[in-house]
Amino acid sequence: MLFGTNPFFRWSYVTGNWDQIQGDLVQHIALSLIAIAIGTAISIPLAVLAWRYRFIRTPVFGVASALYIIPSLALFAILGPITGFVASYKTAEIALVGYTLLILIWNTVAGLDAVPADAREAATALGYSPSAALLRVDLPLALPYIFAGLRVATATVIGLVTVTALIGLGGLGQQITYGFNIAYNTPIIVGLVLSVALAAVADLLLVGAERLVVPWTRSRRRATVVS
Amino acid sequence: MSFVAHVFGWFTTAANWTGPQGIPTLFWHQLELSVAVVLGAIVLGGGLGVVLGHTGRGGLVAVNAANAFRAVPTLALLTLLAIQPAISLKWNGFLAAWIALTALAIPPILTNTYVGMREVDADVRDAAKAMGLTGGQVLRTVEAPLALPFVMAGVRTASIEVVATSTLAAYVSYTDLGTYVITGLNTNDSVVAFSGALLVAAMAGMATVSLSLLTRALTPLPLRHRGRTDALARDPTVGRRAATVNI
Repeated sequence: MLFGTNPFFRWSYVTGNWDQIQGDLVQHIALSLIAIAIGTAISIPLAVLAWRYRFIRTPVFGVASALYIIPSLALFAILGPITGFVASYKTAEIALVGYTLLILIWNTVAGLDAVPADAREAATALGYSPSAALLRVDLPLALPYIFAGLRVATATVIGLVTVTALIGLGGLGQQITYGFNIAYNTPIIVGLVLSVALAAVADLLLVGAERLVVPWTRSRRRATVVS
Repeated sequence: MSFVAHVFGWFTTAANWTGPQGIPTLFWHQLELSVAVVLGAIVLGGGLGVVLGHTGRGGLVAVNAANAFRAVPTLALLTLLAIQPAISLKWNGFLAAWIALTALAIPPILTNTYVGMREVDADVRDAAKAMGLTGGQVLRTVEAPLALPFVMAGVRTASIEVVATSTLAAYVSYTDLGTYVITGLNTNDSVVAFSGALLVAAMAGMATVSLSLLTRALTPLPLRHRGRTDALARDPTVGRRAATVNI
């Protein structure tokens, strides 16, 4: 066999270490969910502001782009002295949330920009106040774009969580660094396969949620945002 | 001394600018790796995207597969390759890093190339065929120039991702600017880590600017942005040149 004493995959590792793997999976889900939730809570109001007041747009996108360019690893190292170096959820979450912002804000603004002027005029003519129009016309019509952003952001975050293993968290990333440290394939493959599976399940859930929330797009194909 | 002063002090220390762990060496390592990765991804991902887009067959399957592949954590690929004896020591860890990062860079380039090829107006393609152009000529003179802005957008996305992620290569096998970041993490030295991050961000910025310039230079004149179109309208010499190109 190509891998000699280090087989490509050894099933007994999975059965023997199931508790640990399960714990890592739960931590992975927790880290990802918190990041997406906080990222969404920050991004949507910011996107609305950037959409309504043009002069905010440049600084908002500037900061979000800068956060996106800084390597995740470096962000952990920079935040370390402030929020704690080892196994700090705060350090990990600040960095992970930073990555969701550009994707989520970009898509939300694109969605709001794409709301047909007719729909907005109709809302005004019906007597909607600007904030009511925002909540009941603009944001709902922007939902397909927001969901497109959520899907990209979720996939990105689930992949990035593995990197937090280098500061002692990592979820499934712990399997990856463990396998690397003892030069053993199986844990790395466990981490890889489970995080891909997690991303796939999360994507399916988001697609399902979108169908429930935005039933009117079901019949026609949604425009995909090329990133 | 404040944090900023410490970072400034690090950058102005002569010892940090020489030797195998010096800024020039590690900057060059990172640049070498990133350029090799992006070129590889253009050949593999862009090539496949062009073929699929030109023939119009099997494209959606490939694009979906490429996007699913995006979910594979780069750290897993890197570590897996770095512990294979046949690969790990090849070219001081360059090969392991190159394979893992190229896999990361292919999806955005493949997707954008394919979308760009399919976005070419079917009428334009038919007109080119009706004028007697062969398949290869249609590809070279019609489809490629029209798809180029899309392809370059993919190359830009991929380049930023690659420059940022190649820091991870320092964790497994290679020495580049990520070495500063990893050293900083391991020794709780945020000054070194931050300085490394600044250098990486500078390289990402350089990549963005030079790729924008390249995109502009490669885009056929009539396809350039509206700002450019206005300039064309104002400048009679440029306008004439553009008209000649159109004929």
